[in-house]
Amino acid sequence: MAKLRQCAIYGKGGIGKSTTTQNLVAALAEAGKKVMIVGCDPKADSTRLILHSKAQTTVMHLAAEAGSVEDLELEDVLSVGYGDVKCVESGGPEPGVGCAGRGVITAINFLEEEGAYDEDLDFVFYDVLGDVVCGGFAMPIRENKAQEIYIVCSGEMMAMYAANNISKGIVKYANSGGVRLAGLICNSRNTDREDELIEALASRLGTQMIHFVPRDNVVQHAEIRRMTVIEYDPKAKQADEYRTLAKKIIDNKLFVIPTPLEMEDLEDLLMEFGIMEQEDESIVGKTAAELEVAAA
Amino acid sequence: MSKLTREETESLIQEVLEVYPEKARKDRAKHLAVNDPSVEQSKKCITSNRKSLPGVMTIRGCAYAGSRGVVWGPVKDMIHISHGPVGCGQYSRAGRRNYYVGATGVNTFAEMNFTSDFQEKDIVFGGDKKLTKLIQEIEQLFPLHKGISVQSECPIGLIGDDIEAVSKKAAAELDKVVVPVRCEGFRGVSQSLGHHIANDALRDWVLGNRDGKTFESTPYDVTIIGDYNIGGDAWASRIFLEEMGLRVIAQWSGDGTIAEMENTPKAKLNLLHCYRSMNYISRHMEEKYGIPWMEYNFFGPTKIEESLRRIAGFFDDTIKEGAERVITKYKPMMEAVIAKYKPRLQGKRVMLYVGGLRPRHVIGAYEDLGMEVVGTGYEFAHGDDYDRTIKEMGDATLLYDDVTGFELEEFVKRIKPDLVGSGIKEKYIYQKMGIPFRQMHSWDYSGPYHGYDGFAIFARDMDMTLNNPCWGKQTPPWKVLKSDDALKAAA
Repeated sequence: MAKLRQCAIYGKGGIGKSTTTQNLVAALAEAGKKVMIVGCDPKADSTRLILHSKAQTTVMHLAAEAGSVEDLELEDVLSVGYGDVKCVESGGPEPGVGCAGRGVITAINFLEEEGAYDEDLDFVFYDVLGDVVCGGFAMPIRENKAQEIYIVCSGEMMAMYAANNISKGIVKYANSGGVRLAGLICNSRNTDREDELIEALASRLGTQMIHFVPRDNVVQHAEIRRMTVIEYDPKAKQADEYRTLAKKIIDNKLFVIPTPLEMEDLEDLLMEFGIMEQEDESIVGKTAAELEVAAA
Repeated sequence: MSKLTREETESLIQEVLEVYPEKARKDRAKHLAVNDPSVEQSKKCITSNRKSLPGVMTIRGCAYAGSRGVVWGPVKDMIHISHGPVGCGQYSRAGRRNYYVGATGVNTFAEMNFTSDFQEKDIVFGGDKKLTKLIQEIEQLFPLHKGISVQSECPIGLIGDDIEAVSKKAAAELDKVVVPVRCEGFRGVSQSLGHHIANDALRDWVLGNRDGKTFESTPYDVTIIGDYNIGGDAWASRIFLEEMGLRVIAQWSGDGTIAEMENTPKAKLNLLHCYRSMNYISRHMEEKYGIPWMEYNFFGPTKIEESLRRIAGFFDDTIKEGAERVITKYKPMMEAVIAKYKPRLQGKRVMLYVGGLRPRHVIGAYEDLGMEVVGTGYEFAHGDDYDRTIKEMGDATLLYDDVTGFELEEFVKRIKPDLVGSGIKEKYIYQKMGIPFRQMHSWDYSGPYHGYDGFAIFARDMDMTLNNPCWGKQTPPWKVLKSDDALKAAA
């Protein structure tokens, strides 16, 4: 058996982390790999395409019902879906109450203690909430957990900001543990020169754009049916894109401690690609009325 | 050992600071001072109310301790919920000896621990619903309670439970006071902020509750504020305040009730004992209701007399005469106490390290017994506490703020006081060093020490500790025998 590879997927909220992860995992499963997905987001939508379910019953939800997490058994929380992919959702509170970060910590500790990471597995993927807002959401990249981080991004400004910020977080844990940045996955939004831009950002971060996933409506068609493209339409061109991504990840050897950009450098890069306009210092802090006077 | 000179005390501080790394030394130096009673403001000589250094042994508490443990805890007919995991409430339960009258578990609850007993799921999903349920259960099981306070433990501040919303709703349903208190332990540098937060909660949720309602008042209505009735202190104070003709309409908060607290704005004068923990509410009542407040000191006959005359100064001749009558009545009793114990205690030197007011307030009581306080310090004082302290302490005595375990030990080793007065964490260290020790937080399970009755007990306790025969038995018998053998051999 090959060594278990634990990977975490981060990226700006709404960028398509869960969709990309599930399609990628389906492709890995199709290629004969044993995979587990751990959803680390209170929304619990990281496994629905694999399980064809609305939302998997989560560890925290079950723990709350049973009294405490110690009362749960692994089978209670683990579901098996397409291609024998094992699925777990950490779960958490509705927005505005409690502590979602603690939910992630509790769930992952539970999985470890219960031996969810069994020897047959080739890959574990953690699908993590958009922003690393507190320690809980950094849980998957702490000691002895995910060693490889993939950041899903696109050519939009905020997605790239987020990618750079996540890289900063990785540096912190990379210095104390073994976690490494393994690449950027560009989930295309069809912006101008998107591939070049992400390639440029990747090289500045010291990593690679591991794959450029083009935009294709078949992904949405599959999603409506709560399926991955791989399962819904294995012959689709998009399915091949995910297969390519899967293969690249299987063969990936480039694991780095990222070199995040200073804010100014990032802005320069964005300007170079025309995503951001040159800042006009003379208008900063001026009200509309003041500008009118200045113009006159 | 004779008294240290200013230079000797200064060099002692320097010597003790010597062992610290530079950064710590610089910081700690500001918290240690040689007293100069002529200084007007303490800020020129000592820094206080700052974050303790990591790595030193500080004995400070937290904001929760200041609110739950000190200010709110003694309010006897309310139920105080320790909202969060079980430990904070359970390990501080009934530890402060706030005496009260009542049937515990029926109409009074001060010794009990009520907690929402947070589990992992409550952290993740929030504890609001559990709190609501807990309040309903309290109402069912303890229908005679007069109100509830929700004392936040640390996690509440982290997960942002909306305890205000729960409290408002519960108060409307129960038609009783339900007070949310944001006293999460990580707030502030010591328990001091917890006192302030608790005072603010009282101001916002309790004090105005009976505004505009009728109250049969008298011209002599006063309150006792900042007396937690440790070992019965507030009772020993109240007894002669009433004897001099005053009517005590509220005790804050030792043996206190929520009704008394709500009625406090009807008082003519607020008498403030622990300035540190309740000056906030006294100032507020002065601003909002125009009630004057006055600090007093009921430790030892000298301070009691002084305080009684100053209190009487706020009232007419009936009270002034009452004060004199009380002073005259107790004088022979106090003289008898002093005559009995002063000869046994005269000239003994004391070092103190306590909390809110005692590091300065008990000085007079020791002096009445012919003793001298040669070092004193506070766990969580602010500048205004030290302003009041430097005048009470002799020249070239030692002041130490938020003293570390190491510093106090070294000071005691060098100054060699006859008695150390501090808390449970210090007690056994100094006793093992062979130094008589009294707990001055809990009165060492004795008390009261306030008032005339208290002084007699105070004097007895100091004598019983200092002149205890055990201090002469520190050499083990086999070593005593050896020296005898040596004498025989020599003979």
